Amino acid sequence: MSSEPSAVIAGYIQAVGADRTRLLDVAAAVQAEFGHIDDAAVHAMAVGLGMHPVEIEDAVSFYAFLDRQPRGRIRIRLSKTPISFIKGARDVARAFEQALGLTLGETSPDGAFTLEWASDIGMADQEPAALIGQHVLTTLAPEDVPAIVAALRESADSAPTALPKATIRSGLVHAGPLLSGPRERDAGISAALALTPDQVIEEITNAKLRGRGGAGFPTGMKWRLTRRAVGQDHYIVCNADEGEPGTFKDRLLLSEFPDLVFDGMTVAGYALGSRQGLVYLRGEYAYLRDSLQAVLADRRQRGLLGTRICGRDGFDFDIRIQLGAGAYICGEESSLLESLEGKRGAPRDRPPFPTERGYLRQPTAIDNVETLACAARIMEKGAAWFTGFGTKESSGTKLLSVAGDCSHPGVYEVPFGTTVNALLDMVGGADAQCVQISGPSGQALSAKDFGRRIAYEDLPTGGSTMIFGPGRDVLDIALQFADFFVDESCGWCTPCRVGTTLLKQGMEKVVSGRATLADMRQMDALGQTVMRMSRCGLGQSAPNPIISTMRNFPELYEARLAEAAFTPRLNLNDALRDAVQVQGRAPVTEGA
Amino acid sequence: MGTTPFRLTVDGVEIEAIEGQSVIEACDAAGIYIPRLCHHPDLEPSGNCRICTCTINGRNAAACVTPAAHGMVIENATPLLTADRRALIEMLFVEGNHPCPYCVASGDCELQALGYRLGMVAPLQPYRWPGRKIDATHPDIYLDHDRCILCSRCIRASRMEDGKTIFGFEGRGIAMRLNVDAEGGLGETQMAAIDKAASVCPVACIVIKRDSYRVPNGERRFDTAPIGSEIEAKRKGLPR
Repeated sequence: MSSEPSAVIAGYIQAVGADRTRLLDVAAAVQAEFGHIDDAAVHAMAVGLGMHPVEIEDAVSFYAFLDRQPRGRIRIRLSKTPISFIKGARDVARAFEQALGLTLGETSPDGAFTLEWASDIGMADQEPAALIGQHVLTTLAPEDVPAIVAALRESADSAPTALPKATIRSGLVHAGPLLSGPRERDAGISAALALTPDQVIEEITNAKLRGRGGAGFPTGMKWRLTRRAVGQDHYIVCNADEGEPGTFKDRLLLSEFPDLVFDGMTVAGYALGSRQGLVYLRGEYAYLRDSLQAVLADRRQRGLLGTRICGRDGFDFDIRIQLGAGAYICGEESSLLESLEGKRGAPRDRPPFPTERGYLRQPTAIDNVETLACAARIMEKGAAWFTGFGTKESSGTKLLSVAGDCSHPGVYEVPFGTTVNALLDMVGGADAQCVQISGPSGQALSAKDFGRRIAYEDLPTGGSTMIFGPGRDVLDIALQFADFFVDESCGWCTPCRVGTTLLKQGMEKVVSGRATLADMRQMDALGQTVMRMSRCGLGQSAPNPIISTMRNFPELYEARLAEAAFTPRLNLNDALRDAVQVQGRAPVTEGA
Repeated sequence: MGTTPFRLTVDGVEIEAIEGQSVIEACDAAGIYIPRLCHHPDLEPSGNCRICTCTINGRNAAACVTPAAHGMVIENATPLLTADRRALIEMLFVEGNHPCPYCVASGDCELQALGYRLGMVAPLQPYRWPGRKIDATHPDIYLDHDRCILCSRCIRASRMEDGKTIFGFEGRGIAMRLNVDAEGGLGETQMAAIDKAASVCPVACIVIKRDSYRVPNGERRFDTAPIGSEIEAKRKGLPR
């Protein structure tokens, strides 16, 4: 490197106008250039942004993709989910360990490689998958690994160009009205401009469009509240932080239908009286950023973004992409806002709601990628067309990301009201033992519930649909999900920060066959407390994998219960290991 | 301020509140104690501990960050909320290391006092026994991270009251911890023993050196009256 690190960092800071709300961009650039963010870099960032080092560390240390300690120049992150494990991720991991001479979590002594697990990277339909730098590798098998490692060693830098298995299937298996049919790139906004902004909101309201992230808040009402809220600026934010394990439908939308999404954002921009839209793109999808930027540039050239959109005087609107840095919690809308502002992604207390005070404390509507795609189609085809699909309370269709034990994993667009059984038939998963609806934060259903319907009034879902066939260990899957929430809890509030760890410990005892009936009751009570007392949706749903399997698979728990009335959580040998070592004696075996 | 008072009910008791008050402030003024840990009357609320969670119009919300509103129906001292709050206190006890019998704050510690008030006997959950270091680099203050409950009081006090930004969080989830604005520890910061941040710690994480036993054990704040008594003493003219 020719120039001093501090000068390079100063350049990054200058590029964002020394705007401290762009801290994440600066940190990502430092991470990419130097491999980690050391104390000197923290100091340089603090000086350049006019902040205290402790504030920089507060934000930077929060994100999984930002490191304070040096790691390997090439980061190999293997997707760790129940689906990837089913598809053989453990064997792939072993192959990587062998090829690199490392164990998971380690960095090679020459600083070339770090091998580690990562939370779901949005490739559940093509697991085992890995993230290497910004490259995504899919459907890995152990025999692929030597060639991958050889290619990485050859390329020597952290951004190799050609890697085996670096292809991502689009994933669309079944298109419905939202995703089929020819479409002009400006169909939504052109139709919207024939109406007043209030009429646009009226149309969205009449279509009964509800948030596709899973919570189901009426989009028309959200837009109306935002439009009416007083503020200097109004913002539309596209939540593309698709982090729920098992979901990848936004990946499909952003890679195959980006114009539909941006068209929807532009419609929202017009309806809200907004000049600025933001896409919060999860860090795992960094590989999509360049193509999305190209689409945005093209739309600017065609007069679909920028000033005087479609020739309309006074309608100026543009879109910026903000890349996340590896934090599931940032899919929660208020955490997303904090992260957009360059801070740690800790949720905010409500009120005030984002519609009143959101991004930069201004009125903000935050909508899921799919919701915005729906909004564009509603403008194009009308509210009546949209309400022609689905049920009374859930109009339209839903994109489902289906993965696991089924013959045809991928994205399915189905009308609301579709039963789980009908879906299982469609995807070739009729012998399912357990269907995890809406990811770990949703519910684990057993066969008795397969007649239920995908709809806000019955089974609400963000789209993640994981199928586990006969013979899969449902309790071990629940434990993996409990572990996921330990990794992804933001730590801000007590019940979620501590409760998720305690729940995981409880579940470990169950899976190991040492839990008693009293342990089960205690774990149930703890889970209920965490649900009632947590600050945001993450904590409120973190006990779901355990609570819902307890309700729906009681026989599995019963079969795993210890017969004794009490078994200690403590393993005596583990507890005494230090003492035994100090005393230089042989450990006394249990029961002896 | 200065607008006409409005009314809300807490556990069936009607109280008055004014615009701008949070639920916890309105209740404090009326002499109704809502247990709390991270809230401090001189600081912006932050909603970390969730102890003050009440059921407000049917939904659980932290009283410190919820604006009081006319006609609110608030449940506070119900058996369920008390049990949930006790569970949170237990979580904090097992998360850090809190050896009350030999802790310098015993009798003056809000965590300990809430344990007593909420009826905690011994935590049912397993202790984590984290290995955390003491920061004794400052001449007048030491930081005992074992006791830290991540309430963010010192962070807020330093930023807002002292104008210094000495403290911040680091990491996330169960690994989150309190951090200071210098690589070499508190001694390298501008922290002073007279700072607001040095006096707001509810436990014994931030401790002033050579000052600990001026008031002997047995005669301290919560040795003589349960936590919340000073608020409840204000409750006059209301049905008990």
